[in-house]
Amino acid sequence: MANYETLEHDVVVIGAGGAGLRAAIEASVAGLKVGLICKSLLGKAHTVMAEGGMAAALANVDDRDNWKVHFADTMRGGQYVNNWRMAELHAKEAPDRVRGLEAWGAVFDRTADGRILQRNFGGHRYPRLAHVGDRTGLELIRTLQDHGIHQGIEVHMEHTIVTLLKDGDRVVGAFGYDRERGRFKVFKAKAIVLATGGIGRAYRITSNSWEYTGDGQSLAYHAGAELIDMEFVQFHPTGMIWPPSVMGILVTEGVRGEGGVLRNKEGKRFMFAEIPDAYKSQTADNPEEGWRYTQGDKNARRPPELLTRDHVSRCIVDEVKAGRGSPHGGVFLDISWIKEKIPNAAEHIKKKLPSMYHQFMQLANLDITKEPMEVGPTTHYIMGGVQVNAETQMTNVPGLFAAGEVAAGLHGSNRLGGNSLSDLLVFGKRAGEFAAKFANESDAGQIHDAQLEEAAHEALEPFDRAATKAAGNAENPYQVQTDLQEMMQSLVGIVRREEELVRALDELAKLWERSRNVAVYGHREYNPGWHTAIDLKHLLTFSEAITRSAIERKESRGGHFRDDFPNRDAADGKVNIILRKDADGSMRTRREPIPEMPEQLKQVIEEMK
Amino acid sequence: MKTTVFKIWRGDETAGNFTDYTTEISEGMVVLDAILDIQAAQANDLACRWNCKAGKCGSCSAEINGMPKLMCMTRLDELPLDKPVTVEPMRAFPRIRDLATDVSWNYRVKKKIKKFKPRPPDAPDGTWRMAQADIDRVQEFRKCIECFLCQDVCHVLRDHQKYEEFIGPRFLVFTAALEMHPLDTEDRLSELKQAGGIGYCNITKCCTKVCPENITITDNAIIPLKERVVDEFYDPLGTLLKLFRPKNLRGEDHV
Repeated sequence: MANYETLEHDVVVIGAGGAGLRAAIEASVAGLKVGLICKSLLGKAHTVMAEGGMAAALANVDDRDNWKVHFADTMRGGQYVNNWRMAELHAKEAPDRVRGLEAWGAVFDRTADGRILQRNFGGHRYPRLAHVGDRTGLELIRTLQDHGIHQGIEVHMEHTIVTLLKDGDRVVGAFGYDRERGRFKVFKAKAIVLATGGIGRAYRITSNSWEYTGDGQSLAYHAGAELIDMEFVQFHPTGMIWPPSVMGILVTEGVRGEGGVLRNKEGKRFMFAEIPDAYKSQTADNPEEGWRYTQGDKNARRPPELLTRDHVSRCIVDEVKAGRGSPHGGVFLDISWIKEKIPNAAEHIKKKLPSMYHQFMQLANLDITKEPMEVGPTTHYIMGGVQVNAETQMTNVPGLFAAGEVAAGLHGSNRLGGNSLSDLLVFGKRAGEFAAKFANESDAGQIHDAQLEEAAHEALEPFDRAATKAAGNAENPYQVQTDLQEMMQSLVGIVRREEELVRALDELAKLWERSRNVAVYGHREYNPGWHTAIDLKHLLTFSEAITRSAIERKESRGGHFRDDFPNRDAADGKVNIILRKDADGSMRTRREPIPEMPEQLKQVIEEMK
Repeated sequence: MKTTVFKIWRGDETAGNFTDYTTEISEGMVVLDAILDIQAAQANDLACRWNCKAGKCGSCSAEINGMPKLMCMTRLDELPLDKPVTVEPMRAFPRIRDLATDVSWNYRVKKKIKKFKPRPPDAPDGTWRMAQADIDRVQEFRKCIECFLCQDVCHVLRDHQKYEEFIGPRFLVFTAALEMHPLDTEDRLSELKQAGGIGYCNITKCCTKVCPENITITDNAIIPLKERVVDEFYDPLGTLLKLFRPKNLRGEDHV
């Protein structure tokens, strides 16, 4: 083998957010040698940003809840292009996964009788989100981290993977470098789990951190795995919009779950104006009923602010377009009004939404117990991703697994709030379990030097350019990234149309070209310019995937809204759009029928209508 | 547009110095915004850690005008901008490059602390019951985002380098969260006294002051732990009585 440090594991997990940690723990339970690789320090992954809670039909607050209702809610929210088997497994297994966290030390908020408390969230019929104030993600990742460090898992912090290594069809390892010293390393593994999260970094306005550069989607794609549903990007309706430096930072849906309302500049609760037919029977038609719902009245229907995220985001965009927006181009989200309803409202808000209070106080000089917030849509999540087997989470590449946001299927065209944390527990566990099984049944495989040399060469090219190019001829990696973000925001954003998407493909071709001309100055030690240069390949790969899929789906559904095809299309609703890397290196799009749902699941959906 | 000068420490574990960068500032900007602007336009290789940019991940700890803070939560309008803003790495940890420090010691310390060990489930449905009132304090401790600013400011670590003998405020809070967890049955008191070096803390409360999550580190976590250690090891009458008490009742009166 070439002169690179080589680390041998049975299972390597790439990404140490909730899904990666859960997978690593499960694989370690099987007694295997597990490596866990993360770009940041352990415990800092994007999971910490999850605020509202994890959805599981524990039925602690409303005993009418059960897996069938959760399943039907998830399918309705995803507008029926979900992988129904994943939705079924998710709804059935989430309660046990949440209870498992408690057994590992998680401390959820409690009901009066001492059980795990659950809260209301968009698209969930009953209060279903187990939570800890508005910092549930932190609780989840810390619990998994503190449990995981005693499992014998070898954690490689601040490492970036640049390519997956293959031996014939199967994956046999990963090649990357440690960010601190810039040294290349080979991670040999019999099975690999991708748990790298999402793609928000391709957009200017995003709730996502720098880490969300779609590494997993890109690594999998270049290794021959199929991507699916990439057009479905979730724009969360409530991101901060003022001051400019905080634009995009998330304001939890929990604000609305606790009674917060959306108003335009005329003070009108505009969400009552347009309630989709599929939700009419479940949605309050007056403010009083909506308020009673948020306060636990089982006979009340939920307020329209708690409709699905795709719908709420579009309503906000429409209000702003119609000239009824807030001063900085959003709308108002008001929780302070509940002082008309309950005594000690300020204390109540601080207790229920402590980090929101803190965030606005500190970053915007705004007291949410007294004034409304200004909010607008922010890039939040991708429903699409790597296609996986519902039971095992294995991709079409033997030995390569994916779980959490990087994987696709569960959420269809729109994810319900709270379903991501339960997703990563349910399918993180499954990925770890089946990756371990695969590793147990496989030999180590062969690492091929040529792959290492090619990857190392590609990674170091930006330094060579700095040495050889005249300063004015090379590109700054940050500038290419920023231009990509601007382009995706304006051409492949919340509202899309054909000519803009086609133009986006042209722009992407130019950005690909520019990315091959970036130069990096300085050393390999902890050099963020170099890291950014390496991220560009991933960013451009999945941006192209999103754009191509968005062109292919000529209808509007969930997170994919086409101005030129504003309605749902029955034929398009029966297919998934699949992307694969062709032999000539180009990206190929294909339509594949969604498998027929079994009778008993169809019945469940009928019963819950 | 208004500009401000940032004096940023550049260098590695062997040497370094402050370099001046001038950058534009706008309404509501935080220190991290300025650092990222400088990184993108003037110094592509400026090393710093950050993730969430919302005070939730605890990655971007640094010393701003000499004060340990999160860069993402420090607004420029709360700093005097008529003179340069200095930004330097945390001083209590070895330097790696620029603003990034080697915080791996913290991870090693945590691994040595005995993990959560719950009593068997005792509710009819195979889980547990816990009253909200009994977990309020534990939840306060679990707000910790592991930014390690409390470790950075603690003089036992920062000035006296007692890394081998003292676990620091972060891990006293961590231990307190485990010890006060209503379901936990593990006993960590002798470790706290020995390897944890809890006696080194002389309650100057610097850690509490810098905590971005406003955890009452000293009063709510460290002092009650000190009391438990005293009860356990320095109270002869109590020791005698404890021989006749089941373990899981121990110390409950201090919660």
